[in-house]
Amino acid sequence: MQGDIAKGRKKVVFGGLVILLLLLLLMNISLGSVYIPFKMVIKWMLGLGIENEIWGNILLKSRLPQSLTALLAGAALAVGGLQMQTLFRNPLAGPSILGISSGAGLGVAVVVLAFGIFGSLSSLIVSSFGMLTVSFAAFLGAFGVLFVVLFLARKLRNNAMLLIVGIMVGYASSAIVGLLQFFSTKEDIKSYVVWELGSFNNVSWDKHLIFIPLLIAGLIASLFLIKSLNVLLLGENYAANLGLNIKRSRLGILVVTGILTATVTAFCGPIAFLGLAVPHLCKGLFKTADHSVLIPAVMMLGAALALFCNVIARLPGFDGALPINAVTSLIGAPIVVSVILKRRNLSE
Amino acid sequence: MGVSDKGMMQVKGLAVGYGNGSVPLHSNIDIEVNEGEFICLLGPNGAGKSTLIKTLAGFLKPIQGDVFFNGCSLKQLSESDRSKLVSVVLTDRLQVPNLTVFELVALGRTPYTGFFGKLTPEDVELVNNAISRVGLANYRHKPIDKMSDGERQKAMIAKALVQETPFIILDEPTAFLDLPAKLEIMQLLKRLSCEHGRGILLSTHDLEMALQIADKIWLLAQGRKLQVGIPEDLVLSNDFKSFFEREGVVFDNHSGSFKYHKISHKPVCVKGTGVECQWIERALYRVGYKPVKTECDYSVAVDTDNAHSYSLFKKNTLLLSGNKIEDVLNRLALEYCQ
Repeated sequence: MQGDIAKGRKKVVFGGLVILLLLLLLMNISLGSVYIPFKMVIKWMLGLGIENEIWGNILLKSRLPQSLTALLAGAALAVGGLQMQTLFRNPLAGPSILGISSGAGLGVAVVVLAFGIFGSLSSLIVSSFGMLTVSFAAFLGAFGVLFVVLFLARKLRNNAMLLIVGIMVGYASSAIVGLLQFFSTKEDIKSYVVWELGSFNNVSWDKHLIFIPLLIAGLIASLFLIKSLNVLLLGENYAANLGLNIKRSRLGILVVTGILTATVTAFCGPIAFLGLAVPHLCKGLFKTADHSVLIPAVMMLGAALALFCNVIARLPGFDGALPINAVTSLIGAPIVVSVILKRRNLSE
Repeated sequence: MGVSDKGMMQVKGLAVGYGNGSVPLHSNIDIEVNEGEFICLLGPNGAGKSTLIKTLAGFLKPIQGDVFFNGCSLKQLSESDRSKLVSVVLTDRLQVPNLTVFELVALGRTPYTGFFGKLTPEDVELVNNAISRVGLANYRHKPIDKMSDGERQKAMIAKALVQETPFIILDEPTAFLDLPAKLEIMQLLKRLSCEHGRGILLSTHDLEMALQIADKIWLLAQGRKLQVGIPEDLVLSNDFKSFFEREGVVFDNHSGSFKYHKISHKPVCVKGTGVECQWIERALYRVGYKPVKTECDYSVAVDTDNAHSYSLFKKNTLLLSGNKIEDVLNRLALEYCQ
């Protein structure tokens, strides 16, 4: 039976994804600007200690937290993207569609640029308080926008209107950022642009105390939305007729996507295209619209793709300096284009 | 609420329309749908069919009055209670890539499945039965975006079927379909109402089909009260005529179908019997003659021995003899030109 073949295929693909994920994780930990012998890395990972203390420090304080950041951020953005694509029934929706990333950008811009305007504090903040202040500002901005969107979602019946509101909030934030940039010094603009280019590098272990629990909570919560998302595939009318409380499940989806996106954007900057590309890749790979398959699938593939981008960004020669956003866009954009072209061919 | 409310959808003093406080499109509607009844809602475009359908299905709030399913008020039913009483097939065109027929129909079990929507073996069996029931057994794992409109409509009906509701409401289920597909869907629905005892209400523009198949017809037009009755009574009471006739369109109470109204002055006598005779009358009517049985200037005779032979006479002179109606029409046109 065709159904059984499909089930067997799914298991194989899932198995492949697990192996890929582990491989990429290993690559992320073992590759970097400082050469550490692979044997040593394996030994260290198995908890057998390491001879060179510097190597141990690099692995523990830089590479491991960075890999964890990429892994979780990739999974979170992909889940957010999938949820938005289903909720808005729009293949071009992504986690940034609600204007949350723009809100985070606004928060950062206010800290970095506005403080610069009113008494060139920004360099002081960025350097001495480190990235923590920036993350905090981004966090405030992202959640501010999320609450605006949630408030409007309660008032608006129609998802299409909510989509427009999200995009408009995004434009408004960008406009304010633009204004702030206009009045800022070159150095401040540069620090803002650096944040905007994104990085998996800035989440140290103390920040992970916030980063990991928030994302894990969001990812687990997304599993509880599987049934609602499946019914929403049929559109709101059919979903309501099948017994779904539309407003409540929409709120749930928005809160989960909001927390995932806001957290990632606050700590890593706006990471483009991952959230848009990964759901499309998974839908093509598993040939299904069933979220009980897609949600775990996008988590794994999202994590894998983020890790892959991180490896590329740190390839020897780049010295870990390549902005992650450039890499994700360069890899994500062709994926989206090819998926759309392929679908067009199939439907004709 | 007595035992008599069981198996019945009742509409009491209902007023429907868009938005609160607006003037209702229709008000004081009192109607019923019984289990196993097959009802067609007919009316010209803009009559408010969709609004009525959406209100009965619970998508629009009634402006006044209420709808009762098995005696329970629609207003007091929770979403999940309602999902077990009435299922819908809407005009929304579904375009979900990769969603297979099985997955789509399985979503109809949503009101009964658990937290993660996992199907039990009984659910799977129900879904498979419903898919076979609507004739899609060979398409079980076909993605719906690669199916024809008719097949997709059947899948939606199977979805409504596994929802196991006593009532199914369909908004123009035969729109966009070709004629054989329309007939197929209507017959399928009729069978479901008879064999599964579901009360089915559907809106449609196919009057002639509705006349042949519906147990009851609801007639709706802008600014008029809803008329309810069995098809034959509505035809004989001239309700059909009054609801649908307009300039150039005539409802023929004899055949139960619409005709283009042509001013036909020139009578042509048609002699003979059988199906050829009927079609020649149709052809004459279409071109603008008046087919009659009485003697007149021109007459067409169908050869009773050789059915495919037609002869055209002027008085008693034979003008033409051939085996195509087209030739007869051409010659007649020539005659009248002279």
